[in-house]
Amino acid sequence: PNPRPFYPRLPTTLPPTACSLPPHSQTPPAAHRGRREGGLSAARRGAAMADASAFPYGLRVLVVDDDPTWLKILEKMLRKCSYEVTTCGLARVALEILRERKNRFDIVISDVNMPDMDGFKLLEHIGLEMDLPVIMMSIDGETSRVMKGVQHGACDYLLKPVRMKELRNIWQHVYRKKMHEVKEIEGHDSCDDLQILRYGFEGFDEKGLFMTVDSDATRKRKDVDHGDQDSSDGATAKKARVVWSVDLHQKFVNAVNQIGFDKVGPKKILDLMNVPGLTRENVASHLQKYRLYLGRLQKQNEERILGSARQDFSTKGPSSENLNLRSSFQEQPSNTSSGYPHASQKIQGQSSVSDSQLEETKRTVPLPAPDRSMNSVSSAAEPQNVAGVSPIGGVLSFKGLPVNQDRKPSETMILECQAWTGGVPAKQFMQYPKHNHARCDLLGDYACLPKPDLEHPTAPGHLFTPPPLISMSCSTEMDARNFSDVKPALLDCIKSFSPALTCTADSVSVQISDSVVTSTDAADRKFSSVEGLPSTKDCYFGQTSNQGSWLRSQEEPSIICGADFASLPEDLPGYPLQGGVSFENVGLSSIDLFHYNDAMILSGLQSNWYDDQDHFSSETTDYPLMDGCLFA
Amino acid sequence: MDYSNLRRQAASLKKGLFDQGHLDEQFRQVEDLQDEASPNFVEEVVVVFFKDSGRLISNLEQALEKYPRDFNRWDAYMQQLKGSCSSIGASRMKNECMSFRDNCGQRSVEGCMGSLQKLKREHAILRQKLESYFQVTLEAPPCQSWCHDRWIISINLLTDVCMFTMQLLRQVGPAGAATRPAM
Repeated sequence: PNPRPFYPRLPTTLPPTACSLPPHSQTPPAAHRGRREGGLSAARRGAAMADASAFPYGLRVLVVDDDPTWLKILEKMLRKCSYEVTTCGLARVALEILRERKNRFDIVISDVNMPDMDGFKLLEHIGLEMDLPVIMMSIDGETSRVMKGVQHGACDYLLKPVRMKELRNIWQHVYRKKMHEVKEIEGHDSCDDLQILRYGFEGFDEKGLFMTVDSDATRKRKDVDHGDQDSSDGATAKKARVVWSVDLHQKFVNAVNQIGFDKVGPKKILDLMNVPGLTRENVASHLQKYRLYLGRLQKQNEERILGSARQDFSTKGPSSENLNLRSSFQEQPSNTSSGYPHASQKIQGQSSVSDSQLEETKRTVPLPAPDRSMNSVSSAAEPQNVAGVSPIGGVLSFKGLPVNQDRKPSETMILECQAWTGGVPAKQFMQYPKHNHARCDLLGDYACLPKPDLEHPTAPGHLFTPPPLISMSCSTEMDARNFSDVKPALLDCIKSFSPALTCTADSVSVQISDSVVTSTDAADRKFSSVEGLPSTKDCYFGQTSNQGSWLRSQEEPSIICGADFASLPEDLPGYPLQGGVSFENVGLSSIDLFHYNDAMILSGLQSNWYDDQDHFSSETTDYPLMDGCLFA
Repeated sequence: MDYSNLRRQAASLKKGLFDQGHLDEQFRQVEDLQDEASPNFVEEVVVVFFKDSGRLISNLEQALEKYPRDFNRWDAYMQQLKGSCSSIGASRMKNECMSFRDNCGQRSVEGCMGSLQKLKREHAILRQKLESYFQVTLEAPPCQSWCHDRWIISINLLTDVCMFTMQLLRQVGPAGAATRPAM
């Protein structure tokens, strides 16, 4: 995975368009760029090209807008600014994209009025989970609305019709944010974090577009260097905002769970976390955010009936999982090769079973989907499987994961039913910032610290991007028997929760309300299908009729599984996403989009499993899903 | 092939659209986005616009029927449509959207219905005018004419340069090593 630098210097060509060109507007990237363009704008464009070297080439933008006309126009405008654009017509889909490929975007631009989700809500979620700068757009310029945007954390508020010159400047928000983060890191004692940030920042600076002497930048850079030296001497005098890295948040969540969500308090958490340099205030503010988030999730969750499988990754946590979580998260005993039966018990047994599991090992690993070579889990495989975590909790996730059977649980299936306490979602939720270990794009992601996790063999959780809603389960065609062990149990579980879901136990591809996309050929695909989220659909779209057909009829498999798995995850998501996104653009329909979303998630998941390639064959997904839409 | 006629026609159609207030500056912005990478960008955008706005209008009509006097809902639908109109600069349509929303604010059902009818009419007119416009422009692509013109210009320039050079040579004359005339 080529880590994408924040501002790659591409003086004469367009940035790689792998992930953002919808097919219909795909053009050979550099071919036309330099040519003259007709009409009046030639001069203008010439000017643009002339000062193009000052632009942050390759800024990765995600545009969310339900209006297809605007989406098309914005996409074109942003492309002309030499940014890398991904478009999305649905807020939910956007969130999934972000979760799945969190490190792949630098900034998000979103409309305020969207039918499926309020733009402000999306804004909040992005801020909480991904901490990306978000720009709001609206035709409505009323002060109260603008104020609301700012209150919810928008970096900027653009009025439609949006002009290109406004879009040219959006890079400043990204830059500013990174500067802030670096500054904060200076005060943070955690060496790991600092290290990473430092690398990140250095990298950033090298590629730095803005060599325009940004004295701030150079100063910060120096400070960071010094900070590194100083860190061992103790906390700096600066009171910097702590960056809640994946690790840190994990510790936080562990502490919260240990204490018990109800009895939690900043001081207790702080003590438990035992992180030098962390102040009570840091914890308190984080806790507040966390509570807000959980509160919302809980509300949503109450509507969700689906049992959710959640993955938890407790890395170094020796602390036992808080059983208050009612998370039935379990780790598969590492020796068990028959993960599935094990899992199936878990599914049914929920907490009680999981508790015992819990005690055994603290580690929870994302549940791998059954794969044909369950038994042949490579011992060396890093637990980079995708975590199918759904914060919403309504997700049942099986992740195919060839995990080292000796040392790590090969699968974890966490089934959570409805009423989960706050702790659970927190963990899930916080997984999002984790990022695919394969991505070394540190720049893009201060908050995600892949490195420490990468080294850590026992912390599978860190290494992937949890798919937001759908927990994909891959079922191997071959190992139907393994799978079928699980399946019935799972299916029962699912059925009990959601009568709308129908699973055919024997068929390789399970259709859940027709919304299953089967994967392509087994041989070279990691995994194949994406399953629709029937329940979600029900919830969100209120339509259950024509769900599957769209997916099925597409060349989905090729898109989804299309990317070659050997390649880095970044490539993978990019491509399918593109296909999907464009599709959305072209034929905007909620169902389509939603389905597409599934595909994207799937691809994201797949990308994370590339290591496990040997173990997976294409499978059809079986699981109905999860409803887990984060955003009800 | 003489495109000048067609080009003239296209120009006048476009001018008419602007003068009559069907389109505003935003349309020019969209036109500016068109380039060799997407040579039919404007037309594509307009197609998407009409498809989507048609859908929005029909949603609105259904809502008017299904949710009588639900002005908030009607307003929300219209807000979407207004946003859409702003994308290509359909200013007359946008005005009708605003008057519809005013009527919602005043809770006047007749006013709303009236505005809606006008909106639909503007929608139809704009579509028809743009269709004619595109028909003409596609036959006489501006790019081509621009090329053509530039070619003419370069030829003229070349000719001038040649003539100047020849004059220079004449001045130099058969003597050969004569000094160059002062420029």
